[in-house]
Amino acid sequence: MGLRRARAPSDAQASSDRGIVSHADWKRPSVRLGLGAAHAALLTLLVIVGLGPILWLAKSAVTPTRDTLRTPLALWPGGIDLDNLATAWNKVHIDHYFFNTVAIAAGSWATQIVVATTAGFALSVLRPRYGPLLTSLVLGTLFVPAVVLLVPLYLTVLDPPLLHTSLINTFWAVWLPAGASAFNVLLIKRFFDNLPREIFEAAQTDGAGPFRLFWSIVLPLSRPIIGVVSVFAVIATWKDFLWPLLVLPNPEVQPLSVRLPTLQKAIELDVFLAALMISTLIPIGLFLLFQRMFLRGVGLGGAVKG
Amino acid sequence: MQLPDVRKRRSLLRGAPAASVGSIAESAETRGRTRSWRPGAGVAGLLFLLPMLVIFGVFSWLPILRALEMSVEKTNLVAPPVFVGLDNFARVLADPVFWVAVKNTAWFALLALIFGYPVPLVLAVLMSEARRFRGLYSVLAYLPVVVPPVVAVLLWKFFYDGSSTGVFNTILGWFGMKPAAWLQSAGTAMPSLVLEATWAAAGGTVIIYLAALQSVPAELYDAADVDGAGLWRKVRYVTLPHLRGILLITLILQIIGTSQLFLEPFLFTGGGPANATTTVLLLIYRYAFQNSIGGDYGSATALSVMLAVFLAAFSWGYFRLTRGWAT
Repeated sequence: MGLRRARAPSDAQASSDRGIVSHADWKRPSVRLGLGAAHAALLTLLVIVGLGPILWLAKSAVTPTRDTLRTPLALWPGGIDLDNLATAWNKVHIDHYFFNTVAIAAGSWATQIVVATTAGFALSVLRPRYGPLLTSLVLGTLFVPAVVLLVPLYLTVLDPPLLHTSLINTFWAVWLPAGASAFNVLLIKRFFDNLPREIFEAAQTDGAGPFRLFWSIVLPLSRPIIGVVSVFAVIATWKDFLWPLLVLPNPEVQPLSVRLPTLQKAIELDVFLAALMISTLIPIGLFLLFQRMFLRGVGLGGAVKG
Repeated sequence: MQLPDVRKRRSLLRGAPAASVGSIAESAETRGRTRSWRPGAGVAGLLFLLPMLVIFGVFSWLPILRALEMSVEKTNLVAPPVFVGLDNFARVLADPVFWVAVKNTAWFALLALIFGYPVPLVLAVLMSEARRFRGLYSVLAYLPVVVPPVVAVLLWKFFYDGSSTGVFNTILGWFGMKPAAWLQSAGTAMPSLVLEATWAAAGGTVIIYLAALQSVPAELYDAADVDGAGLWRKVRYVTLPHLRGILLITLILQIIGTSQLFLEPFLFTGGGPANATTTVLLLIYRYAFQNSIGGDYGSATALSVMLAVFLAAFSWGYFRLTRGWAT
């Protein structure tokens, strides 16, 4: 460390900032040309493959069916039909399924945050004697593939213990199981583990009880991790298909993901593509808004969650 | 400084020699414990754990136990369940579709490995060398991951249209190739599913690799340069060995993920043509929820328990085998 600081600042920066190709190599015309071409190709490929289908969807959402079918890859539509979006929203009642999705996502978010923060707080700060046992029980569920839960969870929702009323066709059937995310609990617990204990002690000395400590100290300090968990919770619910398909058979309460495949058979192609576009807007908007959080969160959680 | 006193007392209480409370790690650990809220944790601790205990208990721990129980029972929700031993397992194993589903799932996993596994790695290595627009590259690569999977599948289903004016067939036409049947033919249906699944998932893996690539010390590349190593040799002997640990993990995670494939066959083909894309998960779904004579929950849970046991055994073997390679 001392050695690096002794060097000229630009030199030190150059050394830590390099990739596989050295700065000296970058100055050679052949390398510059070759890698430049490679990167131009990479950028073109990423634009076509990553952005292309989404741009195509955006274009086709406002193109009349005839044009989309005859010349699907025409760069400019023969005529623009903005009514598609309005028809999808109002006549096909995409608005209804859209708000169902929002309600399902909001409720799932709430249960996930409540369960993960309270459990994380208890396991990390209050540390009851049986805490480690509970932590390993939570960790253990990470190793059970979701498919094992499918049938018994469905039967649980059909006849939940103590309630004796089926949760099928209610949002609770999605909201409650969403809270059982071991990943969230462990992530938040890890974050709480790293908060400085001195703060808790100071609060304790000032007479703060566990509830005050949780609400006024731990929660405000953990905004970043709650943000990460929130964004992932909303996106995951937005993406979910199989579970809402099983527990929400009534179209009135179905989210977009479950409704779209059925709609395909019932409505015209251009309106259907407009509906697909509308359902993509929120996740893409969230992603572009919270890019940094996403890309960092994936590096963080990807290796655990898969 | 009251702290050492407390520490000493605690270690005496535990019967440990006081001298052992010397190392930094030990003292940090003890300090954490002394300052915990354990004395008051009783009621408050339980109250804070209540949401988790209820939610995990009802929607995670109990269903896991129930899955094990149901796999050896005959349940039809009307009559009380009857213990039937391993009958459910025997029935699944005797089902000819089961073996087709296993073969299809393995075929999908293999194809996804061949096509899908190297793609993110190559992309990430190239992207990490970019000097400009690095953020733009990541955003572009990750975009398909945020498209809701149902939307992606329905969109690709349109792209895969088998007529000569289908999106992909138009592109094939530009290169003078004949239109392909894509999802309609048993031979090309599965590769088509793999193509879409790779498109949808590659971005996430790219971001994981990019993060790992940033941890390769620049000094190693400097040293390789001094030794006169070319571009390929630097990738081969510096970059890849550094990624070995993460590569091994993404490999097993990909296999675990692909063995639970459901959405693509369900929405693209419904398992057809002629069961060519029926996967294990699709079969579980059919046993339980698409039975005209009522759900065969026994077979469904038996098959899911078999899949889980297989995956656990596979991962265990995998990590044993690769234990020495990871570092």
